[in-house]
Order: sequence, then structure tokens, then C-alpha cells
Amino acid sequence: MNKTKILLNGLIKENPTFVLLLGMCPTLGTTTSASGGLGMGLSTLFVLICSNVAISMAKNIIPDKVRIPAFIVIIATFVTILQLCMQAYLPDLYETLGLFIPLIVVNCILLGRAEAFAAKHTPGDAFFDGLGIGLGFTVALTLLGCVREFLGTGHIFGLPVYPEEYGSLIFILAPGAFIALGFLIAIIHTIKTR
Amino acid sequence: MLTYISIFITAIFVNNIVLSQFLGICPFLGVSKRIDSALGMGAAVTFVMTIATIVTYLLQTYLLMPLHLDYMQTIAFILVIAALVQLLEIIIKKIAPSLYQALGVFLPLITTNCTILGVALIVIQKNMSLLEATVYAISTALGFTLALVIFAGMREQMSLSRIPKAMQGTPIALITAGLLAMAFMGFSGIKIG
Amino acid sequence: MKKIDSTFWNMLWSLTLITAVAGGLLGYTHRLTEEPIARATKAGREKAIQEVIPEYDNSPIDEQQTIVVRNEYGETPTIVYPAQKEGRLSGAAVECSNNTGYSGEIRIIVGFNADGSIKDYRVLKHEETPGLGAKMNEWFRSEKNDQNILGKSPAKNKLQVKQEAGEVDAITAATITSKAFLGAVRTAYEAYIETTKGENHE
Repeated sequence: MNKTKILLNGLIKENPTFVLLLGMCPTLGTTTSASGGLGMGLSTLFVLICSNVAISMAKNIIPDKVRIPAFIVIIATFVTILQLCMQAYLPDLYETLGLFIPLIVVNCILLGRAEAFAAKHTPGDAFFDGLGIGLGFTVALTLLGCVREFLGTGHIFGLPVYPEEYGSLIFILAPGAFIALGFLIAIIHTIKTR
Repeated sequence: MLTYISIFITAIFVNNIVLSQFLGICPFLGVSKRIDSALGMGAAVTFVMTIATIVTYLLQTYLLMPLHLDYMQTIAFILVIAALVQLLEIIIKKIAPSLYQALGVFLPLITTNCTILGVALIVIQKNMSLLEATVYAISTALGFTLALVIFAGMREQMSLSRIPKAMQGTPIALITAGLLAMAFMGFSGIKIG
Repeated sequence: MKKIDSTFWNMLWSLTLITAVAGGLLGYTHRLTEEPIARATKAGREKAIQEVIPEYDNSPIDEQQTIVVRNEYGETPTIVYPAQKEGRLSGAAVECSNNTGYSGEIRIIVGFNADGSIKDYRVLKHEETPGLGAKMNEWFRSEKNDQNILGKSPAKNKLQVKQEAGEVDAITAATITSKAFLGAVRTAYEAYIETTKGENHE
């Protein structure tokens, strides 16, 4: 299969956030700032690539009936590795993302890709699928993070754009997360159908 | 006693798991088209969450902690939850077929419902006692059910109204959820005890 | 290689193999990261103390003492890191927490000068609303309006939010968080006064 095609498929055509609507919890929970969204996106990208490649390599020794528990073990292993490494080398980011790091295990994107792609393709293809979907997720989270940070505090990536007093706080709070994502999806659907 | 009432009220209204903690959004958006399925999902989550929290709590206190295997927490918890869901499905099917009829379809979806693993991890993080953890799990699940049922009610009404083409489907659902979250913010700051 | 069938023995050895590899991999990573994690945790704490404490020539971390403060918030254990300069108390860093915030514990570290005025502070841990609670670290050091608490002393200034007839502006839309934060600061001050008492007796 064509590698660029797999990559673009994950990034645009099957974008996990805007098209497939998967992994909504971290999407809403970690995007109070652009950097939070980016950090969460990259964490998920790492686990997704590792688990996709590992599952694709091990697919022939996993009997069909126990594939789900086997996939869960593989995904959870990489999540724990990520968790330990972040605690050691990026403690600040680990603190910001908090509970959402261990919860990558139950992100439907990972099990979904394992089942739909990695278990049927070669490790090379699985790598590019993980990269594409992971990047799609990262871009979506960073975009939502930018929008919320910009409207809520007047900053983007911590850099001031307009004075904070004019920001509307609601976008930083829970309701703003739902509303901002709703409008973003509506805008993207409109552009796509044009 | 006051502590437990406080945990109860806080988990349901003030820090609602879906509307202010952002856990369990997938079933919140997925299984909320009709009130009766929302109720079924809520009941199944309450059932599994309570049992799963107790089991993972005991696992953490009596196995992982004494053996210094804390770093295996995530992997151990998710396996226990997955196994538990399977086991419950088999047991309910055998001893209470009518309950299975009502909850059966929702059970397989629960393993990947992040509220279950989330609550199991939160009670460890907050150093709760076993009783506090149990009360917290039940109240969180009730809060989840409440949010789900209210939201389903709103969506049932919404299906009758005309919505601009670009907003149909997910976008309008998300914005409605945002308004509901705003309503729940009215509970913030309520303190008991 | 052909995919293996779902016989009982195949399932058993396959799952055993996968769990064994996973366990081995995790154990190995744990051994590798154990020390860096401990170091990162310790470094974070030490860095916060360094940033808020006045000048010293002793070793505040070795001389730390735990003091239980009893006040309107019940009993709060605090850790005082005393700073001494040429044998005299030059202030301290006090680590303390408050549970009356919006959700869970707010843990801060406050540095006091010898006269009891606040030198600086850091928020170590909080579970407040993301994006709002995080403002604590910036808000109370800003010169805008009546937000600043640096240089003030809980003995002379009423370090409470204006809604409680105090003289500090609360964080916009986060009054509860602000109240709890200032409560922690006052508790820290009480702990600091407690240590200076001991110092005078010597």
C-alpha cells in the first residue's frame, strides 16, 4: 500500500477527532492551552506508533479469540513506559496532563486502530498508519487548544496576542470545551462538503 | 457521616464526571439518543464501577503496594476491569436473564469507558479509605447516569426541531452539552460540612 | 507464517508469552527510570524552596521541622525549612496545604523574610479547574489593582479576599480557589511564627 496515502488517510480523511469522533475525553480535557493539547497529542502519537507496530508484528501468534486482551496488554505496556519516562524526564508536563496519561489505555483510537488496521497489515504500513492517525489527533488537539487559549486568555502557546481582560473565560472552563469543539467540527464539515 | 454526604453531593453535582471532569464523553455522546438506553447504560456503569473500584482498591492495597509494583498499576487495573466485565456478563446471563436482557448490550462497551479506570485511579490518588472509595464510585456513577439521562432528554426534544445543515449531528450535540455543563456550573462552590 | 488457531493451548502460550514480554519490558523500564524519577521529584521540591527562601548559609532541607497548625481549617501539618544567615534566623520557606478549594488539596510553599513579610511563593500542587487554578502562580504577584501579596505580612495586612472584607483581589471567577490559597498562606505564616518563638527562647 502507498505510504503517503496511509499517512494522509489518518491525517485528513479519517481524522480521529473531526471525522471519526474518537478519543473525546482527552480532546476536551487537556486542551485548556495549546501546549497542553500538543503534549497530549504527542503522547498519544508515541503510544499509537509503538502499539501499532508491536501488534502488527505479533499478529500471527495471537489467536483470534483472545486478541482483545492481548491488544490491551500491549497498549497498556507502552502507556506505562511513557508514564515512567515522563515522570522521570518531563515532570511538569506529566503534572499538567495528570490522569489523562494512564487513561490513554482506554482511548478508543488505540484499540480501534489495532483492530481495524494493525492486525491486518505489515509492521511498516502499521507504522505509517499510527503516524498519520497520531498526527491527525495531535493537529486537532493543538488546534482546539489554540482556539480555547486564544478566546479564553488572549494568548497562543503562552504568547500574548491581546490583553487578557478581553478574553472570555468560559472557553477555558468546561462548557467552552464542548462549545468550541462543536463549532470547529461544524466549520470543518462545511469546508469539506464544499 | 457528613464526609460521605459531602462526597455524594460533590461527585454528582459539583464535580460531575462527564460535565466537569471530561471522562466518559464517548458513551455520553454515543448512547444518549434515547432516554431508555441512557438509563440502561447508566445502570450498567453504576454496577460495574462500584464492583471494579472495590476490586482494584483491594488489589492496590494488598498486592501492588506491599510488593512495590505500583508502576504496574495501569496495566493491572485495566486487565482486572476487562476480566471483571467478562465475568459479570457470564454471571448475569446465568443467574438473572432478565437483567441481562436490559444491560447485556452495554456491558462490552464498558471496558473502554474511561470513567471506570478513571475512578479506580482517582480513589488511589486521593488516598481514600475503602468506604469512601465505594461511596465515591457509586455517586460518580449516579452523576454519570444523571448527566446521560438529562442529555438524552434534550436530544429527544432536539430531534423534533429544525437545525441548520452545518450544525446537524455532532456539532449541535456538543453545543447542547456545553450549555448543560454551564447549568451544572451553578452548583460550583457548594460545600457541605 | 500462518496465523495460529484459537485452540486452548495456543491461547494459553500466546497470552503467557505476551504478558511475560510486557512484564519484563516494564520491569526493565522501571529499573532505568526509578532513579531519575526520584531525582526529578526531589529536584522539583528543592527548586521551589530555593526560589522562595531568603538568603541563607545553613542547610534548610536538613533542618526542616514539621509543625502542626491549629486554626479555622482544623489541624494542618506544615513543613518549615528555616533559613539562617551568620547564625541568625533570616526567614523560612513553609510548605503547607489547604483543603477548602474548589476540588481537592492546594499545596503551596511560601518564603517569609525575617520580619514575617512574604518574599515569594510557589504552588506545588492543586486540582482546581485547569486554566483557572493555574492562575494562582501569576495572579498574586501581579502589580495590577490589589492582587499582589509579595512584601506584605499577614500580621499587618488582612490577607483575605475582598469578598471576606480582606484587602486582596480574588482571581476573576475563582473566588473559592483564591480564598483557599490565602488560607494556606495564613496557615504557613502561623507555622513560621511558631518557629520564630522557639528561636527566641534559645
